[in-house]
Formats: sequence, structure tokens, C-alpha cells
Amino acid sequence: MTVAEAAATALATRHRVRPLEALPWVLAVAAFFALPEYLAVGTQILILVLFALSLDLVLGYAGIVTLGHAAFFGTGAYAVGLLSAHLDWHEPITGLIVAAAAAALVGLVSGWVLLRTHGLTLLMLTMATMTLLHELANEQENLTGGFDGLPVEIDPVLGLLRFSPLTYSGQYLYALGLLFLMFLVVRRVVYSPFGHSLTGIRENILRMHAVGAPVRQRLVTVYTISAAIAGVAGGLFAQVNAYITLDVLSLERAATALIVLILGGHGRLYGAFVGAALYMILEDELAKEFPEFWQFGLGLVLVLIALFAREGLTGLFAQAAERFRKRARS
Amino acid sequence: MAEALAFDGVSAGYGETVVIEDICLSVGARESITILGRNGVGKTTLLATAMGHTRLHGGRIKLNGDDISALDIHRRALAGIGYVPQEREIFPSLTVEENLHVGARPGRWDGARVFELFPHLAARLGNMGNQLSGGEQQMLSIARALMGNPRLLLMDEPTEGLAPLLVEELQRAMDDLRTDADMAIVLVEQNPRVALGFAERALVMDRGRVIYDGPSAELRQDRQRLEALIGVGKDESNRVGEDRQR
Repeated sequence: MTVAEAAATALATRHRVRPLEALPWVLAVAAFFALPEYLAVGTQILILVLFALSLDLVLGYAGIVTLGHAAFFGTGAYAVGLLSAHLDWHEPITGLIVAAAAAALVGLVSGWVLLRTHGLTLLMLTMATMTLLHELANEQENLTGGFDGLPVEIDPVLGLLRFSPLTYSGQYLYALGLLFLMFLVVRRVVYSPFGHSLTGIRENILRMHAVGAPVRQRLVTVYTISAAIAGVAGGLFAQVNAYITLDVLSLERAATALIVLILGGHGRLYGAFVGAALYMILEDELAKEFPEFWQFGLGLVLVLIALFAREGLTGLFAQAAERFRKRARS
Repeated sequence: MAEALAFDGVSAGYGETVVIEDICLSVGARESITILGRNGVGKTTLLATAMGHTRLHGGRIKLNGDDISALDIHRRALAGIGYVPQEREIFPSLTVEENLHVGARPGRWDGARVFELFPHLAARLGNMGNQLSGGEQQMLSIARALMGNPRLLLMDEPTEGLAPLLVEELQRAMDDLRTDADMAIVLVEQNPRVALGFAERALVMDRGRVIYDGPSAELRQDRQRLEALIGVGKDESNRVGEDRQR
């Protein structure tokens, strides 16, 4: 085997689609048929996966620590809401394209300014950006509905898929399809040379400067891509729930995505899937059992994860698999 | 032809602290030089200053005749500087292949050519950076810098902490680079045997200044002077002499 062939084989092996990667999609399709009464929760899980996936791109791969990612989620949600409420634009796909573009624009402008900083300063500035947008939405009550919220109306997807507030089957399929498309985009990005350079930036930013990578430009680029995906998640949220409030721009929304990545594992592509499912199931079950103290249970799980599985559940799984492989080899 | 690298009265350091002072240095387009000195005399800072990692307090730095004193680090790399840091700084979550391509630019050095220089790496293409031994990491660090097709290669103590056999292998590769490559090389090295055997011209630094700039052969022959300049022990200077005789 020549060196070039060996290199091609090494790359293909690392980035090939593994059979295990089909599991979340098989489970998601199976849930559609097996658990029709849970499709509403399922749809919310899919939206949360998409939102957390967008955060993982900047946090897990590029190492950008942010607490203001809901700024883009909210921008996408309000883009769809404003189109529907004020321009009678109810077509869902183009609505999401506008949502992505609006969020990307906010990401590009804010990223260009904020990504000159890092650490705690960056953390606070991302939060401040989100708070500014929250206050803007609150202040522009005549446009956004302010505290009372904004109803959103959409047409059937491609004229075929109707949304029903009772069964949620249309919403679920629409969300699943979109998540799959966005996941393919994210997967392509993280396994591209651009994605490798993001990993390099996260692990050693000075070294990346020294190998000639335009670090800031790449950070702004990935921040913008991530913002666009978060915007799609926000737009999707607005469409399937048919209503949005200021909550889409809240710190709680941003923190939820962060908690999802802590639970599932960041920088691992599928961490968002595991984390979002676990978070929503925990929230649902704990709220049923302990309506007043459900957050205590969630906090306890987070503490356990922080103590015993710092790389989240997917990290724990990867470590166990590695141990198993080593034992099998020896 | 313009000098590959020129320091014109350069003073630099970290924050307000000045580490190297009034350095005047020029390296020819295909010249190789070696820099020696005790620990903490400013050798690494000199290389870091060329790369833009330090704060410039005075003077000018030129690369191939162009003033790069105010250029960002990545623009210096794009202008033609390759840097092999002392700590190797391999990206642990990337494979050997990905580490190499993360800073690759078109030119004479491509994957096939670096694997000719370091056949060890070709066998470990799919391994992650953190699965390599110290010697392999060092080879990868040099190979990564070469993939950027630099016109000036800065190497900071590449043999530090390596087993003697690996040092010999690296020495062979560095010799190949010096004789074959179309670039200037600045090697910082504490091991006088490696340093003085590598290039015909040597610089010795002390307390942030250049105190010797001349032929390496002169230092190899004059053990007392070498001892006085860089403080090597008697045993080490004897070995320098033995190597020369071999």
C-alpha cells in the first residue's frame, strides 16, 4: 500500500458512517409508530437536539464558551413569528430559511465583535447580547406581542404534511426530517479540514495561529453557521408550537442546551441526542413524581455526571467501549 | 538575495519584561544556523519573537526583506515561517494525518515527502496525536511545520527528552533537511554535540544577548571556550571533541 493509499484509508476509517450511528434514527422512527401518545414530547426532544447540536458545534468543537446561544434560537423563532403575524407568510420551509438567515446575521455581527474576547468576558458578552435581544423583543410589544407572546400560523409542509395540535404526527416527522438534514450538515463540517482546524483551535489556539490558520475568521465562521442552525431550531419551535413568547430568548433556554451537552457529552456529535432525550424524559418524569422539586432531581443527576462522567454519557460509553476493545485484544 | 530572517536591534519579552535585548542577526536564504546557550538565556524567546509570540519592545524583524514586526502570528506563518515548538504541541484529538493537514499549504512538501523523511509516521497515520511516543510526536511536529512549506524553519530543542536512538534518527532527518531543502533553518539546541554538528554557523546567547556569532568548528575545537560560553561540563566537551574526531 502506498503512503497516499494509507492516508486515504486512515481518513476513510475515521470518518466513515458506523452502523451504530443509525441507532438514534431507528429509535426516532420506531418511536413514531410505537409511542404515538408521546409525539408531542418527542417533537420537543428533536428541537432540543437540534438546538444543542448547534451549541456543540461552537462549544464542543471550537471551544467557544457561550451562555447566550438562545439569542439565535430566539431570533429564528421571532423571524418565523413576525413573518406569519405581520406579512402573512405562512410557508414553513422558506420561513425556516429566513429564520436561519436572520440568526446567521446576528451571529456574524455579534461574533465579529465578541470573538475578540475569550473566557469569562466572552461568556458575559454572549449573555449580554441575548439579554439585549430579549429586551428589544419586550420593548417592541406591538411587533412581537411582548410578554403576551405571538401566535404563529403555518401552511402544510410542501402542501402535504399538516400539523395537528392533537396528534403531533406531522410536527414530529417535519422536525425529524429537518434534524436529519441539519445533522448531515454538522457532520460534514466537523469532519472537514475546517472542522479539524476548529479542534486544533480548541486544543491549542496559539499553535493554530503558528501553523497559519486565520483563527478569528474561522471562529466567526463557525459561530455564524452555528447561529444559523440554532435559528432553524428556533423557527421550528415557533412553527410546531404555533406560539412564541419571550422565553425563546431567555437564559433558561440557553442553559438548557448547555445542560443537555453536559449530560450527553460535548464534541461528540451524538451527545446532543442522548442529553436531550435524557433531559426531557427526566423533566417529564420528575415533574410528574415531584411537581415542586423536579429541579432538585435534575440537579442531582448533573452533580453525578460532573463527578463520575465528565465527558457525559457518550463519553462514558466511549471509555467503556475502549476498555472492552483493549481487553479483547489482550 | 534577501536574507531569510533579519533581526535589527530587536528587544522583546513578555509583557513589560524584556528577555532578549538589542539582537542583531541575519540568516541567509538557505543558510542553517544553530543557537546555543544555558537555560533561560533567551533562546526560545528569540524564536518566539520571530514567530510573533512575544511583545516587541524595539527593533525590526524582516523576513525575506519584508518587515514583519507588526504582522499577526498566522500571517507570519503564511509569509513563510514554520515553527517547531519545544513542547511539540501536537493536537491530541486529531490523527497524525489530520495533524499534518491542518496547516498544509501547497509546495514541495506534501504527505509523501514528509513520510519519506519520517517513515515512522507513515505507519501511524490513523493514530491520534496523544497515542504517539515522545519521539513520534517530535517527528510529527517537524513534519507539520514542513507541510506548511516554509521558507524559514525554526526548531526549538527538538531532541530534548528523547532517547539516544531517537536523537540519532532525528539528527539524520535534520541533516537531510539541511542539505536537501530549499529553506533556511534556525535550530535552538542545548545539546552541544547535536547543535555544533548541525550547522556551520553557531550563535551563543547569554542573558538575552548574542555573545558569539561564528563558525561552529571554532567552538568544537576550543573546548575551554565552549565551556566558558555555555557552561558545559568537562565530560560533555570531551564528547564534543570525540564526535568531531569520528
